Amino acid sequence: MQSRPGLWGWFDARMPSVAEQWRIHAAEYYAPKNFNFWYFFGSLALLVLVIQIVSGIFLTMNYKPDANLAFGSVEYIMRDVPGGWLIRYIHSTGASAFFIVVYLHMFRAMLYGSYREPRELVWIFGVLLYLTLMGEAFFGYLLPWGQMSYWGAQVIVNLFGTIPFIGPDLALWIRGDYVVGDATLNRFFALHVIALPLVLLGLVVAHILALHDVGSNNPDGVEIKKLKGPDGKPLDGIPFHPYYTVKDLMGAVVFLAIFCIVMFFMPEMGGYFLEHNNFIPADPLKTPEHIAPVWYFTPYYSILRAVPPLFNSQFPGVLAMGVAVMILFFLPWLDRSPVKSIRYRGRVYKAWLAAFVVVFVLLGYLGIEPTTVWGQFPDWPFLDTRDVATWVARLCTIVYFLFFFLMPWYTARDRVLPVPERVTV
Amino acid sequence: MNEETKVDKTRRNLVVATSAVGGAAAVAAAVPFVASMLPSERAKAAGAPVETDISRLAPGELAIIEWRGKPVWIIRRTKEMIESLKSVAPRLTDPASKASEQPKYAENEHRSAKPELMVMEGVCTHLGCSPQLKTAEAKAEMGADWVGGFYCPCHGSKFDYAGRVFRGAPAPTNLRVPPYTFVGDATLVIGEDQETKGA
Repeated sequence: MQSRPGLWGWFDARMPSVAEQWRIHAAEYYAPKNFNFWYFFGSLALLVLVIQIVSGIFLTMNYKPDANLAFGSVEYIMRDVPGGWLIRYIHSTGASAFFIVVYLHMFRAMLYGSYREPRELVWIFGVLLYLTLMGEAFFGYLLPWGQMSYWGAQVIVNLFGTIPFIGPDLALWIRGDYVVGDATLNRFFALHVIALPLVLLGLVVAHILALHDVGSNNPDGVEIKKLKGPDGKPLDGIPFHPYYTVKDLMGAVVFLAIFCIVMFFMPEMGGYFLEHNNFIPADPLKTPEHIAPVWYFTPYYSILRAVPPLFNSQFPGVLAMGVAVMILFFLPWLDRSPVKSIRYRGRVYKAWLAAFVVVFVLLGYLGIEPTTVWGQFPDWPFLDTRDVATWVARLCTIVYFLFFFLMPWYTARDRVLPVPERVTV
Repeated sequence: MNEETKVDKTRRNLVVATSAVGGAAAVAAAVPFVASMLPSERAKAAGAPVETDISRLAPGELAIIEWRGKPVWIIRRTKEMIESLKSVAPRLTDPASKASEQPKYAENEHRSAKPELMVMEGVCTHLGCSPQLKTAEAKAEMGADWVGGFYCPCHGSKFDYAGRVFRGAPAPTNLRVPPYTFVGDATLVIGEDQETKGA
């Protein structure tokens, strides 16, 4: 029964699916030959996931999910556990790196129309991954039990409390107590180290399977499967292994170099990766002077703050924030352009995408700062708030939503360039 | 349709019925897990009233007491503070506290049982941060028309010395007033009053 000699032949005869999967997903997975810089971030996201899981396992060996012990146990890891400071900085730098990589990965999809037919499911699993990652980051941020952990969790849980009718009971259920406390910390620990990592891994598998079923998009947005050689392989495709495994390895080396510079020389990143107030133990009686979420949540936080309360309720702001994230699911159907890639799109789409990037970054910046950062307008009677930054955030919020809501019209009408038959290199 | 592809309806119905029963069992099995995340009996029992001595609280001074894990503020208001309550009324969202939570004896202009002694939960009704005391001296920071009160650092809500929210702030209602009662002149009990005792 053994077709090949040796130990590998023995193994392969008994479990041929290992070699088969390797062929399907690496050695004979044909990817377009024109991948560029933007195509590093998928494999980098996978690398960061591995880094987070490994460093996380070792952190749990010394961390104590108890409101009285949590803060001290993190300091114990930092000071007394051999190499503990390094493991924790790997994990905290990894959290921010994860979002940087994921945001660039998502932007790549927007640049080249990678969410378009037939890759809608790839995109949907991707958005689910992004949502799960946000949950994972939020639950993890409570664990050090510092002031920012505590008050950040307090605010986010209360966001759910503003949902009409079920809100207060839902918030109580999430906290497991009338205030954020030991019960909340304990369950967030369980969700952070067991539940959500499992969901993340499952979604990664679904994301990659869906991708490999339909094949990768490329910077030209042309389907390489349309033109096949006599051997049945796409003319513009090259096997993922060894071509892209080597390319991605090179990306990983550069990425890890940057990662190490941040981790060793600026792990707090000036208060953006680890906020200063989080070095103070949680105090339920005192909110810090200025609280802001970690940088990767701030665009949505800005949207929340920008929407004024209506009918004595903060729910409209919460709703706007939720819609701002959920609308990503509909992107494949909002985009009606006859072309996929930015290379062949017209000026109108390019202008809208540029505006979207600007408002996203601006909202992110404003979310870090207090609303008074850009001063105040004079006392005009028709303004409900005089903070300039709030008005800028409102304008940005409107542009953010117009980018999506008007997309069916401006993408359909935009003048596009002819798309080539084959990829350009 | 030949014999082999014909659907055996009895079997199909049995499969459907079995799946439905199995599905119902799965949902029922989820109930204890979901319920386990509700506040435990210990968490529910931790809401006992707290006592505090207020005899040494100076005029204008703020004391913060923990009750049910939340900060409760006790402030002995000065004459100027009480007077400021009238002047700010036109700038408030809910000056008469009609949409806000307070016990019966605090449903008045000063929102307290005794005019000078204000007791309220120091928890912003917006998203649960704890506001900070900003006296009338903080005009440089709070604006020229500031007469003193509280400021929430999270989203900028402003409150007067009775916890009433200023217009243009994200907080929808005034700060909550917990049930409280006095034992003699010197002791304040937070979390208990005639009503909660009677109930």
